[in-house]
Amino acid sequence: MKKNVKKFWKNANISLKAGLIMTAIFVIIGFVIYFLPHTNPFTFNSYPSKLKPTSEHWLGTTSMGQDVIWLLIEAIHNSLLIGLIVATIGTVAGVFIGLLAGFSGGWVDRILTVVTDTFIVIPSLPILILMTSFMKGTSTVLVMALVLAMFAWAWPSRQIRSMALSMRERDFIHTAWFSGEGTVQVVITEILPYAFTWSLSNFMNATLAAIASESSLAVLGLSPGNLISLGNMIQWARERNAIFTKQWFWIGSPILATAVMFIGLFLLITGYNDYLSMKRGR
Amino acid sequence: MKFRKYFGLRFLTYLLTVWIGITFIFFIPRMFPSDPVENMIGQMQSRSGQMDPAQMDALRSQLRVQFGLEGSLIEQYFTFLWKGLLHFDFGPSLMSYPTPVGEIIGMYLPYTLFLSLTTTVIAWVIGNIIGLLAGFRKNKLSSKILEGVAICIYPVPYFIIALVLQIVFAFVLGWFPIQTTINTQGNFAVWFASLLKASILPALSMLLVGTGWWIISMKSLAGTTSEEDFVLFARYRGISEGKIGKNYVFRNSILTQVTALAMSLGGVFGGSIMTEIVFGYPGVGSLVQKAILMSDYNMILGCITISIVAISTATLIVDLIYPFIDPRIRYN
Repeated sequence: MKKNVKKFWKNANISLKAGLIMTAIFVIIGFVIYFLPHTNPFTFNSYPSKLKPTSEHWLGTTSMGQDVIWLLIEAIHNSLLIGLIVATIGTVAGVFIGLLAGFSGGWVDRILTVVTDTFIVIPSLPILILMTSFMKGTSTVLVMALVLAMFAWAWPSRQIRSMALSMRERDFIHTAWFSGEGTVQVVITEILPYAFTWSLSNFMNATLAAIASESSLAVLGLSPGNLISLGNMIQWARERNAIFTKQWFWIGSPILATAVMFIGLFLLITGYNDYLSMKRGR
Repeated sequence: MKFRKYFGLRFLTYLLTVWIGITFIFFIPRMFPSDPVENMIGQMQSRSGQMDPAQMDALRSQLRVQFGLEGSLIEQYFTFLWKGLLHFDFGPSLMSYPTPVGEIIGMYLPYTLFLSLTTTVIAWVIGNIIGLLAGFRKNKLSSKILEGVAICIYPVPYFIIALVLQIVFAFVLGWFPIQTTINTQGNFAVWFASLLKASILPALSMLLVGTGWWIISMKSLAGTTSEEDFVLFARYRGISEGKIGKNYVFRNSILTQVTALAMSLGGVFGGSIMTEIVFGYPGVGSLVQKAILMSDYNMILGCITISIVAISTATLIVDLIYPFIDPRIRYN
């Protein structure tokens, strides 16, 4: 195990290393530091308002007397969580539908392909705006994740389908088939391991896309009103005129965090893809 | 005839996309319990006090017709397709009743198209040129620095870039007004000058993200293409580097980039919506935001429908340019 990690690190390219480190920092903030005991950052007037950064409040406090750093930590936690939920649903559904289409063939395949292709080309943001505007801030995190997942399954589904189509003709699949394995077993033992490496890169991509969509909707005031996410945090700061009152830590910290998080995830994705193609010997 | 088949297939997908999109738009609001007519009557009552019941019933049924809520679901659906898709008639706007939604969108849409189309074209051209140069000479330091800069800009969502530009250039430096105002009172020259001034920051933020992506993707494409055997062969034949870049690497990589351009238009439009909202630029994005604030559902429906039709049409146009660049589709 330790040896494998060392070998992986030696072969990893710069983007992959940088992306891994940056993403790991956010994951630690969002899922480890988050669980340290702290006052609920959402509660108004926990502290005096508009404090400058001190040793007690590292990033100061908001106009409503909330601690900015805990607000930020909770926002990172929730944004990552939404992204991970959406990516999980999207990837699992996409792999399932793609395999179904690729292996059943015939009219099932044709219908699924048409639906998948439509979901790929349909612009998602307008439809998301429409759906969430009818819930208007009253939706919950789970509903939000489900709505976002509607647009997360199509791309992996198309890729997995074409993967399944080409795999079907490979020799080792034929061997498995002739040795009496059923379709389900072939899929689980032969195809899924292949699909997995690709799905991982898609999974990170879907996480990034979901976080971006959620924060876009938040800026429109369409994200759940009680959800502390990076987008909502930016939006609240804008609404309370943090820019005009020059409360740079309040508005600046979620902006910077979002930017760094996205660059980190992007580096991780491209680095991982390069790493894979290098392993394949290209 | 391969070209005709390509064209036919592509057009069929277009119709299908628009149709499925519109069907979504029709059914989503009807899944939620809120009734726009009751909402509106409630709003009117709170503004103008009590009305007598007979008058209210008349108003209610008149509004139901206007909002397309009369008849069975199937009838409503076909009325919606007929009126909305073919005539862009979405009934009256709630926030500026009784002006039709279509009329208001008609005033805002050109600004969005202006902003998103010009920036898309400029970003695509600049990004691909830089990306080609960087990919063709990928071991030079300048290429690596360029890619690094692009990687730090492209993944960041549009509105974050927009917010940063707004804070730096409009607030801290004060070079531009913080919120856009376009002078519609003066003559054409005054209007155009104010439009240009108002568009600089929104356009810049869209350009940064767009160009970043085209640099990254073109660099990797050109990098792969210039390692192909036919490029090596061309080098052995003694063809000049400039010619190899232009005739071998560029012509092969640009095909993928045309398809990618078509795929990216939906995202660009979404980015334009977000950028407009940050700067208060008077396009469809700002209109949607206002409509959401005022619960103007007709307006939201209209904007979303037109967005989907516009994006699908633009994608179709780009895809139809493709055969003119790729000879393999033109000649069998």
